[in-house]
Amino acid sequence: MAHVFMSNVLKKNTNELQSAWAKELATAMPTGKGRISAREVEQQTTEFLNLLSAAIGHARNGDISGTEFKPIREFLEGLSRSRVQQGFTSDETATFIFSVKKPLFQAIRVEAGKNADVLADEIWLVTQLLDSLGLHTIKTYQKAREEIINRQQREMLELSTPVVKLWDGILALPMIGTLDSARTQVVMESLLQRVVETGSQIVILDITGVPTVDTLVAQHLLKTVTALRLMGADCIISGVRPQIAQTIVHLGVDLQGVTTKANLADALKLALKRTGSTLQA
Amino acid sequence: MERIPILRMGEFLLVTIQVDMQDQLALKLQDDLSNTILKRTTRGVLIDISALEMVDSFIGRMVSDISGIAKILGAETVLVGMQPAVAITLVELGLSLPGVATALDMERGMALLRRMIDGALEAHDTVVG
Amino acid sequence: MTQLSGEAPLRSEHDVVLARQLVRRLTLELGFSLVDQTKMVTATSELARNAYTYGRGGTLHWEFVEREMRRGLKLLFADEGPGIPNMDLAMTDGWTSGHGLGMGLTGSKRLVNEFEIDSKVGGGTRVTIVRWK
Repeated sequence: MAHVFMSNVLKKNTNELQSAWAKELATAMPTGKGRISAREVEQQTTEFLNLLSAAIGHARNGDISGTEFKPIREFLEGLSRSRVQQGFTSDETATFIFSVKKPLFQAIRVEAGKNADVLADEIWLVTQLLDSLGLHTIKTYQKAREEIINRQQREMLELSTPVVKLWDGILALPMIGTLDSARTQVVMESLLQRVVETGSQIVILDITGVPTVDTLVAQHLLKTVTALRLMGADCIISGVRPQIAQTIVHLGVDLQGVTTKANLADALKLALKRTGSTLQA
Repeated sequence: MERIPILRMGEFLLVTIQVDMQDQLALKLQDDLSNTILKRTTRGVLIDISALEMVDSFIGRMVSDISGIAKILGAETVLVGMQPAVAITLVELGLSLPGVATALDMERGMALLRRMIDGALEAHDTVVG
Repeated sequence: MTQLSGEAPLRSEHDVVLARQLVRRLTLELGFSLVDQTKMVTATSELARNAYTYGRGGTLHWEFVEREMRRGLKLLFADEGPGIPNMDLAMTDGWTSGHGLGMGLTGSKRLVNEFEIDSKVGGGTRVTIVRWK
């Protein structure tokens, strides 16, 4: 039976396959040298062949969605992730799989001997399987890349909206650039967290650096202000240019009693007064 | 059925909600508080939710109601210690609890209650401690 | 082996509490951020309460889902209640049937990534929500 044939081929020839494959990789990816050690290549190729050997008995049409293929899928996911981090491209990563074809086909040729039917069947089976695995690797590579890019974007967002402690109990957040919903989420989360950590009662949101205030931006601001209020922190919005004040009124946005100031200095004066009066009581 | 304990601290009442409440329990709390406010000539109520990892519309409405009922019975209410994740979720849910005074922690909550009772601030405005 | 799907009854107030705790565990297992956990648990509270209170009791079906290698949690709140006669009205913010149905639906919609509602008068209501990691 076809499946047993491949299992045998793999079991009989693991060592030769592994070294032939490693040679193929070295030729196909000369730039790989330096980013990845020979030892790592050896480990990965060996493990892949073992996993393939275990799963190939269940191969059918290149369908790798079954539970028998879970270990090998997970291995490839881990491989993709580390390739992303090591700076490889998706082509180079997929080459890992595709370069095993040549050694495998050669081994099949030897085992099939003069039997043309067996030769054709097995090569087709292996081609379908490796193509599926290769595609899976590319997909996971792309996903891992996306995750890293998203994380970096988030970190950049956090960096570009630094929460500054102006005084005891007073935090300031200079908002720069457009306020979209993704940024608002990140800002809200880190801001609220800082409020808890510092026990700050007053937060000054400085929107001098926010170019346009339309309904959406006003809504995002309002969400931030409301969340802060629910937690028990007071909010002052500074950097409100006359144009923005007009927009807010025209939009009918209810800032729920939040004081607005034209600049950060005025906002700070007010904040100090408010915290000062608390102390006096 | 279990009850949420209401503690007295001078002329203030303190309620600490730590358990994941069934709706019935929340309603019972509202009842108990109203009765206690009346019985004890309370001037202020502190509701501590720093241990709550979730506040939904039911609990939100309960807090609003307690605040309103207390006011009618002559007491101010301050909601204390809402967690960031809860605040963000409540806002997204569409609840802003207008008219409910809030404070970061117990100490500030009590200071705020003091100021509210001493008539320095109007509790109807969005007041924060 | 970890369970990938399951069910929980929504036939009492206690069940609503249990449903919240269940969803908290599931979102924790999937590694959701604290805010995302809270959003999902809160949506669960709203929808479970609806099913129990207005839907005359029902069931919560949960499932770990995957799409393009993103993992997520899918929740279906199914009840056998009277159904919602005017869906557009029900999904308008602040609308209430006199029983407070309004906020639960529209509010929950904002807390999740995918929201689907299917309701027939006299034939129950099914609300499906998904949150991706």
